[in-house]
Amino acid sequence: MADPQGYGIHIEGLKKRYGAGDTAVDALRGVDMQVAPGEVVGLVGPSGSGKTTLLKCLGAVIEPTGGRMTLGSEVIYHDGWKIGDLRALRRDKIGFVFQAPYLIPFLDVTDNVALLPMLAGRPNAESRQRALELLEALDVAHRAKAMPSQLSGGEQQRVAIARALVNRPPVILADEPTAPLDSERALAVIRILNRMAQQYQTAIIVVTHDEKIIPTFRRIYHIRDGQTHEEVGEGRNFK
Amino acid sequence: MISLAGRDILHAWGKFVFTGVGLGLLIGVTLTMAGVYRGMVDDAKVLLGNSGADLWVVQKDTLGPYAESSSLYDDVYRGMLGMPGVERAANVTYLTMQVRHGERDVRAMAVGIVPDGPGEPAYLIAGRQITRGHYEAVADKATGFSLGERIRIRRNHYTVVGLTRRMVSSSGDPMVFIPLKDAQEAQFLKDNDAIVQQRRRTTANPAFNRPGVPGLLDAVIASQSSNAFVNAVLVQIKPGYAAEEVAEPIRRWKRLQVYTRAQMEEILVAKLIATSAKQIGMFLVILAIVSAAIVAFIIYTLTLGKIREIAVLKLIGTRNRTIAGMILQQALGLGMIGFVVGKTAATFWAPLFPKYVLLEPGDAARGFAAVLVICALASVLAIRAALKVDPAEAIGG
Repeated sequence: MADPQGYGIHIEGLKKRYGAGDTAVDALRGVDMQVAPGEVVGLVGPSGSGKTTLLKCLGAVIEPTGGRMTLGSEVIYHDGWKIGDLRALRRDKIGFVFQAPYLIPFLDVTDNVALLPMLAGRPNAESRQRALELLEALDVAHRAKAMPSQLSGGEQQRVAIARALVNRPPVILADEPTAPLDSERALAVIRILNRMAQQYQTAIIVVTHDEKIIPTFRRIYHIRDGQTHEEVGEGRNFK
Repeated sequence: MISLAGRDILHAWGKFVFTGVGLGLLIGVTLTMAGVYRGMVDDAKVLLGNSGADLWVVQKDTLGPYAESSSLYDDVYRGMLGMPGVERAANVTYLTMQVRHGERDVRAMAVGIVPDGPGEPAYLIAGRQITRGHYEAVADKATGFSLGERIRIRRNHYTVVGLTRRMVSSSGDPMVFIPLKDAQEAQFLKDNDAIVQQRRRTTANPAFNRPGVPGLLDAVIASQSSNAFVNAVLVQIKPGYAAEEVAEPIRRWKRLQVYTRAQMEEILVAKLIATSAKQIGMFLVILAIVSAAIVAFIIYTLTLGKIREIAVLKLIGTRNRTIAGMILQQALGLGMIGFVVGKTAATFWAPLFPKYVLLEPGDAARGFAAVLVICALASVLAIRAALKVDPAEAIGG
């Protein structure tokens, strides 16, 4: 097993049980996963396989019932023990990209991205500067003052990626980020995620059903009945 | 940190403004109801102030002349003039009635006064005071009468010689001042048929129509046709005397009821308009509850419309208090928009009311505080709903 210190995220034997007694359901039955900084891995599996439960556990939204989870060098869960402030953990250490961008409709593009550092207590000017740098890197700086409703689907998703990256989290969890996009835009999003992972040394887990992007991953975790197995992917670099 | 509530309001300003206008109209009605009550109290105080009296002498064991009927002989004032501390005393009558003006009736209080005595209107906005003993009138401008116009009270016609302002009864009816003798007659004046009937009955009564006592029947009929009563005597006291100091000897030696200004104000406010005040109080409570329910419903609905955004905010690490603050600020913002609209609306429509509506700055300040408290309380439901949102909802699954 690899050294956990070397990974953006490292989970061992992660379990999650819903309910108790006869009606208990084991959604995760000892999941192992490691994603290195700068790496983008795929997480695929059929409906009901435990993908969303795993994502929620990784996102510190629900509490696992067993196992160990480490973000960078920080243990956040270990067999019943968990880190105290999950809200701050989500804010500072985990970025989220959703199937729909879920941008805050009443904030412009810059403030949608700058909101996170502001919530973390950074000054407004610094937060906006950081947001603009990311928007520049993601080629949406020209829409910095636009409202989310004025953006195309692809632009919205790039803004959502900028928001996920703005606090420089060690891990980004992307939940079917290409689902609403056509092939060209979906592959563009994956290219952006790869570029950002490299640039910011972020570990990115992409949950997907999308057949057209699965060949882009170098490593893929298949999940079925609450257990994962790793597979080496094609790692195609679509231009 | 940016103001999430402010941004949301700016983003959906149309929704907020229109909702605020709707709420504002309700707040305007609430402020107006408070103004109606204040107007009633002010009318009562104006009635006392305009009478120019320091003491009201009325029939014993009554709360007259405004809250109950009171009847005194019209010569009792003479005895009072000799009492210690009495500067001036004058009879007065009050009769609320329909005054005929051309083809229409005007509800007014006819006040019988002694020219140049207590009870006479303190100031005029046009014309002059009553100088003749009969058939002249000074009217409040709210009656709609003009100088020189002829009005009819009972069977007699009067010429409006003066106009005054804010001279109203405790129920807000404008006053028409006429000479005391005319007013006394108006109170008891019967129609011709009734007079004929009364004389026939008196003539048929052997006790009054004695052949051996010539002149008795005429004397009785004459007494039946005249009115020697007034409703009250208004007394002004000499400088240096306390009201109670003058009132007490009148009570004791004249065996009449005497009220000081403070006592009369208590009667008018605490007794005469107490029921109306309770009625208005009930309206205010209901309107406050309705306003709270509307604000709660609006804020709750607006919050439910943002559940996904709230889930995302929670997922990305927004504190609960930031989210609660956003909802609270929106509720307060809505309340402030509503209050501005309500206050403006009430200020514009208050003068259109037939009776005096007094919008006091103190009531507006209390109303503003109440609106903010109601909005804060009304946002609790929405805040509870928002805080219950699971950040996991943003992830779906």
